[in-house]
Amino acid sequence: MEHNTPTTVSEKIPFWRDVRVLRVLFQVVFLFGVILLLAILYRNMLAGLRGLGLTLNLNFLQNEAGFDISEGIPYEPSDTYLKAFWVGILNTLKVSVIGIVCATLLGLLFGIARLSSNWLIRTIAAIYVECFRNVPLLLQILFWYTAVVAQLPRVRESISLFDGAFINNRGIYLPAPEPTSGLKIWLWFLGAGLILAVILYIVRWRKLEQLDRPGFRAKWALPAFLIVAFCGWFLTPGSPFTLDFPVLQGFNFTGGFSFSPEFSALLIGLSMYTGAFIAEVVRSGIQAVVKGQREAARAVGLKEGQMLRLVVLPQAVPIIVPPLTSQYLNLAKNSSLAVAIGFPELVHVGSTMMNQTGQAIPVFAMVMVSYLIMSLTTSAAMNWYNRRINWLNR
Amino acid sequence: MKAPEAIQEIQPPDNTKGPRAWVKDNLFNTWYNALLTCVAFVFLFFVLKGFLTWTFTEAEWKVIPANLQLFAIGSYTRDQVWRIWTVLYILGVLIGLSAGLWGGLVYRFALALSGIWLIFALLPFELATRGWFLGAIATIALPFFIGRGRTGLRRWILAGWLLSFPVIMVVLRGFGENGVLTSNWGGLLLTLILAVVGIVVSFPLGVFLALCRQSDLPAIRWVSTTYIETVRGVPLITILFMGNVLIPIFMPGLDINQVLRMMFAITFFSGAYMAENVRGGLQAIPRGQIEAAQAVGLNYVKTTRFIVLPQALRSVIPTIVGQFIALFKDTSLVSIIGLIDLLGVAKSVIANPDWLGLQAEVYLFAAVIYFVFCYSMSYGSQEIEANLGVGLHQNL
Amino acid sequence: MRKYLFQTAALVLAISLVTPLIANSQESILDKVKERGRLVCGVNKELPGFGFLNQDGQWQGFDVDYGRAIAAAVLGDPNKVEFRPLKAPDRFPALQTGEIDVLIRNTTWTLTRDTDLGADFAPPTFYDGQGFMLRKDLGITSLKELAGATVGVTAGSTTELNLADTTRALGIEVESIVFEETETLYQSYDQGRCDVVTSDKSQLVSRRQSLKNPDDHIILDITISKEPLGPVTVHGDNKWNDVVSWVVYATFFAEEHGITQANVNTFETENPEIKRFLGESGDIGAKLGLSKDWARQAIAAVGNYGEIFERNLTPLGLPRGVNKPWTQGGLLYAIPFR
Repeated sequence: MEHNTPTTVSEKIPFWRDVRVLRVLFQVVFLFGVILLLAILYRNMLAGLRGLGLTLNLNFLQNEAGFDISEGIPYEPSDTYLKAFWVGILNTLKVSVIGIVCATLLGLLFGIARLSSNWLIRTIAAIYVECFRNVPLLLQILFWYTAVVAQLPRVRESISLFDGAFINNRGIYLPAPEPTSGLKIWLWFLGAGLILAVILYIVRWRKLEQLDRPGFRAKWALPAFLIVAFCGWFLTPGSPFTLDFPVLQGFNFTGGFSFSPEFSALLIGLSMYTGAFIAEVVRSGIQAVVKGQREAARAVGLKEGQMLRLVVLPQAVPIIVPPLTSQYLNLAKNSSLAVAIGFPELVHVGSTMMNQTGQAIPVFAMVMVSYLIMSLTTSAAMNWYNRRINWLNR
Repeated sequence: MKAPEAIQEIQPPDNTKGPRAWVKDNLFNTWYNALLTCVAFVFLFFVLKGFLTWTFTEAEWKVIPANLQLFAIGSYTRDQVWRIWTVLYILGVLIGLSAGLWGGLVYRFALALSGIWLIFALLPFELATRGWFLGAIATIALPFFIGRGRTGLRRWILAGWLLSFPVIMVVLRGFGENGVLTSNWGGLLLTLILAVVGIVVSFPLGVFLALCRQSDLPAIRWVSTTYIETVRGVPLITILFMGNVLIPIFMPGLDINQVLRMMFAITFFSGAYMAENVRGGLQAIPRGQIEAAQAVGLNYVKTTRFIVLPQALRSVIPTIVGQFIALFKDTSLVSIIGLIDLLGVAKSVIANPDWLGLQAEVYLFAAVIYFVFCYSMSYGSQEIEANLGVGLHQNL
Repeated sequence: MRKYLFQTAALVLAISLVTPLIANSQESILDKVKERGRLVCGVNKELPGFGFLNQDGQWQGFDVDYGRAIAAAVLGDPNKVEFRPLKAPDRFPALQTGEIDVLIRNTTWTLTRDTDLGADFAPPTFYDGQGFMLRKDLGITSLKELAGATVGVTAGSTTELNLADTTRALGIEVESIVFEETETLYQSYDQGRCDVVTSDKSQLVSRRQSLKNPDDHIILDITISKEPLGPVTVHGDNKWNDVVSWVVYATFFAEEHGITQANVNTFETENPEIKRFLGESGDIGAKLGLSKDWARQAIAAVGNYGEIFERNLTPLGLPRGVNKPWTQGGLLYAIPFR
């Protein structure tokens, strides 16, 4: 492998000119240098902390946090810092996952719209992409938060939709489904429908293989499942769910399902921004499929849908997936900008913890490790998917 | 639509399209496109109507001219503003000379910049300010005519650009207490400085890291890979926080001010992304190139310097411009740390009791500035890409 | 071989850059300030009365005046001070990292801050308490009635923690929203994002003025905590903390003895303590590492405590309350200048 190494050694090379020795030597020197650097920094840090009268440990995580967190899983100020941190992680995951779904939908919609044969649609999509891509996300989030969401009417003048959903400057309140005793029975129906669907799916698959023809494998399974689920809903005594409507009680709306303004602004900002990037990814992915491929597909008589599903997408998806992954990761990382508007995600909770405890370094380390774990698992999963797709298409 | 008559004679008559045919082909070619067009028109009508009524009747735009200086330079000491003009003039001379020497995209850029200065000079600023703007045009125009055609100067101008960077920093800061403290740098000026420093300094760092990541020595490869992947795995804001709080803890005794710390943090962050961009270029170079270089007896440094990097860097110029755009937008995060960059100014104007409730106006104005910069950069990058494509073909 | 040389070259460079950093400075901030010829003081920029930028771009306020007094005492010139605006969450990091020399930003003295946050406190300059502001038309007079309300607080403040304590003690649930910046807190309150704001009463009084209709809002006559506000220095620099503390005592002392900005340079007395204070005898300045006339400089720059208070806080309608000299039944008590 090492091309510099002479294949025949006619005379003995002094060790200071022997590449094999030098390789090892340089690496040792290099590692020594890196370790020295880190050691100096570590020593400086300890000295600095000693000067401030601080110690470096994680014991504070067991202490009572004392501050409140406005959103997320049930949490009391009397819970520990560790619990508070966990709430932050879950909030980050929540906004990232919902954001990824919304951004993907927006991106697909506008990415395909940019390739539309309709000039107006194409232009609108292009304007959307350029406008949202070229303005900092932080600015967009602040805009949505202060100039749009905060300008909504006050609680008592809420915009009401069908008397069930309410929009005001404290959030969006929607009716929430509440499970009743009938839910169990309906779940049985669902289970039965699922089994039926699986059977139909396999049957259809076999049949298509026998015929050696392309087709939609879930063509029978999907409708069957929906029909069973639908019939089950009506056959269940009572109804599996009732709707819990939000009601104005005292200061605020209670009950139902609600999004806070911070969450809404962050979600809109993240989805619109990342959506613009995903639109570009989708567009360039589809455009990368050579035009001849489509023409050939038409020539062999494939319908428009079949062409997209059988010819264009299988070739476009492997091109799209890697940049799409990095957009997803960007979205998750960008959710940290919520710190500017006060949505209690990881960085926001972390900075509050840092403030109340003064333990800047451990808290930083925890926040960064959490993000690293998220990033590395996502990219590992996507790499695996990517390899599989490439392998299937080989 | 340009349709010279000469061509019309050559083309078959049924190929010429009037506006009517165009509308039919592009808006109503199928039934669902017709439907989409109608829906889009209704949508556009309401959006535009709402936006235009707001813009011309409800919005209070006087907040913008009243704070224009704040947006441009933040709280930069007012009696030291000549420093900024000096910098603009230095850059103007360089741009003018470059435009004369290279023409093309640089020429168009110089033209656009002069146009912008001319517009500013015509706006009702103070007389002195307008004079400065006219001067700025002169500093672009004169060197342009001097530099035109003198290709021998190219090397010197490149050196000038490199040298201009530290010179500009020194001019902006001045010396000691008589200069302008970096804590007074602000507005668009600070945004630009942070972005330019970030990209200029992170470029060599990125090239170095990319080469290390390609090294065949495992220790070097691992260290550089760990650095790159760690930085890319965490959000910029955590790195900025870290730069703000941890640099002084890790390096006590070194009096580094906040702006400088943010520059460090941004460079540290940007370096990792730059490394990945450069690595993309390195990987695209055929192995044969390196082997050929070795065959003619070039050593590692010479191979890298003359064979690998020129090809690799040329192919990644568009990605690097893309990263510059991203970095330019990302500098807005320093407003969370407490620096008063363009977005920071916007926030503080909104917080001013005199301008309560004008969030939409102020943020839209800031957004337009960011947009103009980012869009023109991405336009420039497309042009470069196109030019490079041509260049490559000629080489083949 | 050169390949490896090339790759390690930058590393060697990096190390040689870092090595001088090993030198750990143990110099007092007092010496640094003198060397620099400028004091860097962390203040609030959004709190009229305590710290804000006025229309002419000048810093103004109670806390700002204390910054000027320290600059005058140390450097002999009240203008040799750079004010660094800080948000609540940023203030302790700024202090710990040496970004600022002294923090005078309506900061409450608590045990945790004194120990865990690497801070040392000078005597409080303002004794405050946490209160609640809400709309008059809600007709609320007691905290119990706040159950279910949305309450706004600033991040990184003691008020955030006190609110949680109080609601827990009362057994009521409130929804608290935490704002990073004071400005956004009050804007959001004005827009109806929250029903109640809780903060130091002085802050509530000060910020009520800049709401759209100040008269629509009341501050409840309830105080849920003690908030002694004062200047803060970094932990472990006793020399510097002494200087800041004694500048504060100097303003108390001056008010006790009727020394004002106007008469400080012509004050005639036979009282030996006042003579020492004014630098006419003794060497208390040297003991602090300051010039002989440091206290005179400080008072000449901003006046005594009463003058500072009347200039900045009285116009807001803040009563002196307990912030009076002990001789008048207040809490301000200067330690002997001996």
